[in-house]
Amino acid sequence: METYSLLRQFADSWMLLVLFAFFVGIVIWVFRPGASKIYENPANIPFRHEDKPAPKRDADAKEA
Amino acid sequence: MTNYIKLIALGVITLFALIAANYARDLAYLVNALTIALVSGGLFLWVLRHTDEPEAGVDLSGEYLDGVVRAGVVATCLWGVVGFLAGTFIAFQLAFPQLNFDWAQGYANFGRLRPLHTSAVIFAFGGNALIATSFYVVQRTSAARLWGGNLAWFVFWGYQLFIVLAATGYLLGATQSKEYAEPEWYVDLWLTVVWLAYLAVFLGTLVKRREPHIYVANWFYLSFIITVAMLHVVNNLSIPVSVFGSKSVQVFSGVQDAMTQWWYGHNAVGFFLTAGFLGMMYYFVPKQAERPVFSYKLSIIHFWALIFIYIWAGPHHLHYTALPDWASTLGMVFSIVLWMPSWGGMINGLMTLSGAWDKLRTDPIIRMMVISVGFYGMSTFEGPMMSIRAVNSLSHYTDWTIGHVHSGALGWNGMITFGALYFLVPKLWNRARLYSLSLVSWHFWLATIGIILYAASMWVTGIMEGLMWREVDANGFLVNSFADTVAAKLPMYVVRGLGGVMYLTGALIMCYNLWMTVKRSPAVEATNSAVPAE
Repeated sequence: METYSLLRQFADSWMLLVLFAFFVGIVIWVFRPGASKIYENPANIPFRHEDKPAPKRDADAKEA
Repeated sequence: MTNYIKLIALGVITLFALIAANYARDLAYLVNALTIALVSGGLFLWVLRHTDEPEAGVDLSGEYLDGVVRAGVVATCLWGVVGFLAGTFIAFQLAFPQLNFDWAQGYANFGRLRPLHTSAVIFAFGGNALIATSFYVVQRTSAARLWGGNLAWFVFWGYQLFIVLAATGYLLGATQSKEYAEPEWYVDLWLTVVWLAYLAVFLGTLVKRREPHIYVANWFYLSFIITVAMLHVVNNLSIPVSVFGSKSVQVFSGVQDAMTQWWYGHNAVGFFLTAGFLGMMYYFVPKQAERPVFSYKLSIIHFWALIFIYIWAGPHHLHYTALPDWASTLGMVFSIVLWMPSWGGMINGLMTLSGAWDKLRTDPIIRMMVISVGFYGMSTFEGPMMSIRAVNSLSHYTDWTIGHVHSGALGWNGMITFGALYFLVPKLWNRARLYSLSLVSWHFWLATIGIILYAASMWVTGIMEGLMWREVDANGFLVNSFADTVAAKLPMYVVRGLGGVMYLTGALIMCYNLWMTVKRSPAVEATNSAVPAE
């Protein structure tokens, strides 16, 4: 089989399936139980550390 | 030590640029080679004067790198005005061909200025806005200083050099005739270097982030950087005719070349003008509204749906061409599917204001952002509709397409950038507030009415010329000559030009307002400092 037909066949069978499954998987993953609670934290990232970077990790540990 | 390596490299580049200028086969190449020699020679002197000075050795990791963002804001404003001015001028050139002055034939006629306008607004204005805001956003949402020290400055200045090389090349006739990818081979190579440095700075900052989660705006920015790198390299595969000339020959030919070009062209829209600017939306709209994004879940689905679907939409630019039917149908179907993620994103942006709609009345900046998202929704409705083959047979090659592009570019990209600039300038220069909110309102209304004049006149003239082209009499002969359609379009062309004047005036008002903000607004104490406040 020449390259074009081979790639074409692969693209509209297995690759299509992989991409589609990946996408559906993401949608299901996003709606996993407890996700709303988890995403509250990242949604608020823009409201932290506006002025300067977070302190170094060792300083983090002291604060905690 | 590094300074010695820099000096050697800059000296060699200057030498080779001068040799190239000596052997140059065409004017554009000559001017570009001299520009490179001048820049690298100047840098050589600058580095030389700073060699063997004691290094400061201050730990800056407790401070964001904002200087490069400030420079980016200034560049965005300047290139924006240049690009809008060029656009307004060529709009009037179409209405009044006398403006293609005889004394400037071959340099400043419509054909030479048009790519100057498109590149100035997309790559110079939009690109600088994207680089500046991405550097600002990735630092804040990663809680880390930009990676790579002065590499971010290299990205900034390298990108300006790319713009200057491309722009002077266009005027002097160096173009590979690919829409939105006009720069010739050596300018493409330079952009590749700069872009990979940009990717390195962005990724490096993400890697050393102190927030465990990568905020959604950064996902959009990163997909924009990576995809543009891929598109740029593949679409610009070409072989120079001579190392000492600007002309090159494309590797692909025929329909493969056309398909590669529009795979690039549409994804330049999808990833440069959409994904990157969505990154802006997901940071600046929540910040200005002072509430988190409406639905973080929706933003994740928005991201994956957008990048999975956009990449296939290119063939809708090639309906009724040598492109196989299946490919153009594929492009059409994916364009229509794109409706969903686009509108999902629009809803996510607009609903971020739920519970804070009163801000629309009091805050002209949020108004700007909201109308921007509104235009995003409008043009992503119009685009899929125009990609349907039957609609395309009417709209293609008419000014409807131009109107569509501008409702997206002026409305969505322009307005969200203006909103981000109004947000950024007081923060970056430590000012209490903007100089004048009423000037922001003036900008808002001038720009909005300008866009409406532009889009409406292009709808009318586009559909009119589409219908005139296909009109046949009882015997099956075409009724109108091409010149008839050109004559019929004059009033709409004048209205379009006036819309451009209004949009340009708004941008000038913005520049004045931002300038006065830096000069006159009351200063506040800098908070971006490694020294902890007492």
